[in-house]
Order: sequence, then structure tokens, then C-alpha cells
Amino acid sequence: MAVANLKVRVPKSAKRGAVIEVFALSVHPMESGFRLDNVGKNIPRHIIETFTCAYGGKEVFRAKLHPAITANPYFAFHIVATESGELVFAWKDDKGNIGEERVTLTVS
Amino acid sequence: MDLATPKFISRRRLLQASGAALVLLNVRPAIATPENLAAALKQTFGDQRIQAGRIKIDIPQIAENGNVVPVTIDVESPMAADDYVKRIHLFSEHNPLPDIVEFELSPHNGKARVSTRIRLAKSQNVLAVAVLSDDTLWSAQALIEVTVSGCG
Repeated sequence: MAVANLKVRVPKSAKRGAVIEVFALSVHPMESGFRLDNVGKNIPRHIIETFTCAYGGKEVFRAKLHPAITANPYFAFHIVATESGELVFAWKDDKGNIGEERVTLTVS
Repeated sequence: MDLATPKFISRRRLLQASGAALVLLNVRPAIATPENLAAALKQTFGDQRIQAGRIKIDIPQIAENGNVVPVTIDVESPMAADDYVKRIHLFSEHNPLPDIVEFELSPHNGKARVSTRIRLAKSQNVLAVAVLSDDTLWSAQALIEVTVSGCG
């Protein structure tokens, strides 16, 4: 995807065994489906349904979202730095759109 | 007197009718009652006992904007291979839908602490439930005063 629809903040390097905090911001309207437009018509729901983070090919975090999550969903969570590898963040919405971001973490 | 009954709709009637119409137009989608919350809890956890404790919700007591309420959930857990938090659920009492979000964790997280931002339709309790690796359920709730609704 050309547009950055998922921004993350991950430390570049970490000591083996350290618990690191990672931040991820998905760019998405998260239209709840409960709002009305200016002529009183329902605005259809359009939300991210799942957000995942994989580390070294293994899923380490998953969130199942509902309309009560704000526009541009933000998640902060922790990961144990076990070995150097790639972190793959991804989201998928109810229209099949996806967002993805990959970051390499160096563990010493 | 016949003169007093106008042929066309009077100003008073019109105002009354439009007032009623406005009330009808303002009807919001069904708001989740605590019964809806109870039903959602039952659907998610069945009849399992939910104990209070081991979990902490960090959320502002007063949220000026219900559209963006930051929340951090912290569960007391060593996050070791044999004792960790499997899932954290967040529920609302008075949003249109009781479910807010569900997180899946594992010992790879090292720390059972997750932050996000949620919407709240009005002042209400938010309930967090943690599912531990031994399948016990622990919960905490927090009361939030919402000034501006995060719905519509």
C-alpha cells in the first residue's frame, strides 16, 4: 500500500530477555455504524476487525476490535526480546482492506 | 365556537408536532443496558465465576470527550510459561454494544499491560475481565464521567 496506514514505534535494539514496549497506530476511520449523516441516514459500519503482531513468524499479540475503539486505533503492548527478527504488524477491516508494517529488531 | 377551530393547523399544534418529531428523530440506537452487559458476559464466559481482583484499569475519572478515552489495563501476572494471561476483555455498560475490545496475549508479552483508546456513549462503568492460563476469570471495573458523548 502506498499510503502509510499503520505506524509503529519499536526500539531498534534490545538486550536479550528484555521486555520492550511497542506502539502501533492504525490509520482508519472506525465508522461505528451508529452515526447518522446530515439527512438522517445511517452511515454504514466500517471498522478494523483484527489487529495482529507477529515476532519472528509467531503471533504474539492479537486484538479483536468493536465499534467502541476510536478512529485511528492505537495499541501499546509488550514483547520479550528473544532474538533478532522481524516484527510484522497488520490490521484487517470489514471490507477486506489491510494495513501492514514491518520492523526489524536487533537483539544483543 | 366554530370560529375558534381553525381550518388550517394552528401555530401551537405545529410547534407541538414538530417538537414531538424532533424527539422521535433524536432517538438513539438501542443503548446497552446492564442486562445486555450481563448477556454479553454470559455469551463470552458462560457460567464461569468472575472474581474481582488481580487487574487494574487506568482510565480518567472524567472524560471530557467520550470519543477518545485513553485506557490502560494492567494484570498482575508473572507471564511465565505456566502462569500467564490468555485474554483481556473490555466491556461497557451503556454503549450501543457491550463489547469494546478483546486482546489475546501469551508468555511472549512478558508483561500483561495493554493500552488503547476507546469511545464511551455516556457516563458509565467499564468492566475489564482477564482470562488466565488456568482459566480463572478476574475482573475490575471503573466508573467514568463522560461530558461529551462519543456516539454520533
